[in-house]
Amino acid sequence: MEVFWSAFVDSIKLLFGGDAALYEIIGLSLRVSGISLFFAMLIGVPLGYLIGAHRFPGRGLVVAIVNTGMGLPPVVVGLTVYMLLSRSGPIWDLYLTWMGEAMPRVLYTVPAMIVAQVIISSPLVTGVTLAAIASVPTELRLQARSLGASRLQEAILTVKEARRGVMASVAAGFGGIISEVGAVNMVGGNIAGKTRVMTTAIQLETGQGNFGLALALGLILIGISFVIMNGFTRVQQSGGRYER
Amino acid sequence: MIDSLKGKAIWRFGVVFLAFALVFSLAGCAAEEPAEEPAAEEPVAEEPVETTDLILASTTSTQDSGLFDVLIPAFEEAHPEYKVNVIAVGTGEALELGQNKDADVLLVHAKAKEEAFVADGYGTERKDVMYNDFIIVGPAADPAGIKGATVADALKKISDSGVTFISRGDDSGTHTAEKALWEKSAITPSGAWYNSAGKGMGDVLTMASEMAGYTLTDRATYLNMKNDLQLDILCEGDTVLFNQYGVIPVTDATNMDGAQAFADWIVSDEAQAVIAEYGVEKFGAPLFFPNAQ
Repeated sequence: MEVFWSAFVDSIKLLFGGDAALYEIIGLSLRVSGISLFFAMLIGVPLGYLIGAHRFPGRGLVVAIVNTGMGLPPVVVGLTVYMLLSRSGPIWDLYLTWMGEAMPRVLYTVPAMIVAQVIISSPLVTGVTLAAIASVPTELRLQARSLGASRLQEAILTVKEARRGVMASVAAGFGGIISEVGAVNMVGGNIAGKTRVMTTAIQLETGQGNFGLALALGLILIGISFVIMNGFTRVQQSGGRYER
Repeated sequence: MIDSLKGKAIWRFGVVFLAFALVFSLAGCAAEEPAEEPAAEEPVAEEPVETTDLILASTTSTQDSGLFDVLIPAFEEAHPEYKVNVIAVGTGEALELGQNKDADVLLVHAKAKEEAFVADGYGTERKDVMYNDFIIVGPAADPAGIKGATVADALKKISDSGVTFISRGDDSGTHTAEKALWEKSAITPSGAWYNSAGKGMGDVLTMASEMAGYTLTDRATYLNMKNDLQLDILCEGDTVLFNQYGVIPVTDATNMDGAQAFADWIVSDEAQAVIAEYGVEKFGAPLFFPNAQ
């Protein structure tokens, strides 16, 4: 038990100890996952609305595909993105053919990590959004349309009505990537000062046998996630008092 | 109305899910059955042997070299009472696993750390097993011009030219060796060209290949992965590139007998011959050189 207590104490000390390298790692984790989440929302919320609010042939299959996407193993996403971006991968060849010059390296950079995390989080945002949208009564949309709402106004109204579920989708997307190690490790390379994030730092410290430090970093990551999720929840619950 | 529909959907989902689970579990049984029958006869013919698990903590570079694929079966044939489970981690983690008695026997390559480990009472003894050597690999174009140079010169040229260098950066045996080489060359590697990856040997070689940079690697892992890499050997043969492996049975391990048996076996003539032969067929040269006393 003492190990856990000392890890807890260490995590507090580390967090307020002014270690520039640690702050850089925390900052990069938040930046990578934050930007990824932004793109995942751009993709996932409209897609979730389109699938959730409409009936079309093969809809069940599409929903099943999205739900499968919610369980994509990060390490497989990492491997796929790696193989696509590799110097011996297809994008490299296409770039060379079309542009007539070698592609600048994307692998082991922050953008590569963002690409992987967008792939992981988009299905999470889509899946939870579509479930929330599907539970909005059809009557609401029919009524809006009969009052002369445009398609876009109708969509905005529906998403607003389902905002709690949509916020939950954003939280699910964020939770899926801030804690993810398989993909960022593979396409980021865990390079100190460049692509090292919290999860890969934890993995590295574990590999070196510094279990206490690894656990302390883990506690810091969980603490940061808590603060952010708490923020999401506040936004999610706000406006509730107007509903009834 | 919507609620009752949803209820139905959930039921349908449940039924489909159960059907899938059933099909998969049946498929699993069908696949296992034929395998079981011949296996059931064997132990009757021989002495029934009760096997105990033996946890061998070693390094990723040893695992990546492929040596265990021949070494472990040979040990299990000589000692059928033990079933070896290899845990490939960094040297630091391997020693930590040993210290926590979560591993029974260690095969690592960081001599000073290993000796300290035994001196602190965590291991019962340490025996030399074999050595391999480190090499510096890089792009064929060799932008820093290190080919044929001594290690000290090569490192100086890399740091002066600022061509990408990827360090393991994980406190592993290879990383420890790399740090010692920089120190010997009186260079403190830092700057945008020096990338501390914090990853295993295979990953770092892939990174060096993708980034068209240099790295220090053990020969075994490099030869094993050579076909997938755009990297050539540019610096080799210097005596400072020597990499000694040692075996340590863990004090008060779960399987102490197995640990001792493994440590004794790996320095035996039989095991040393297996080590000497490994790689000859595939690469035309051995990857490890046995040197147990």
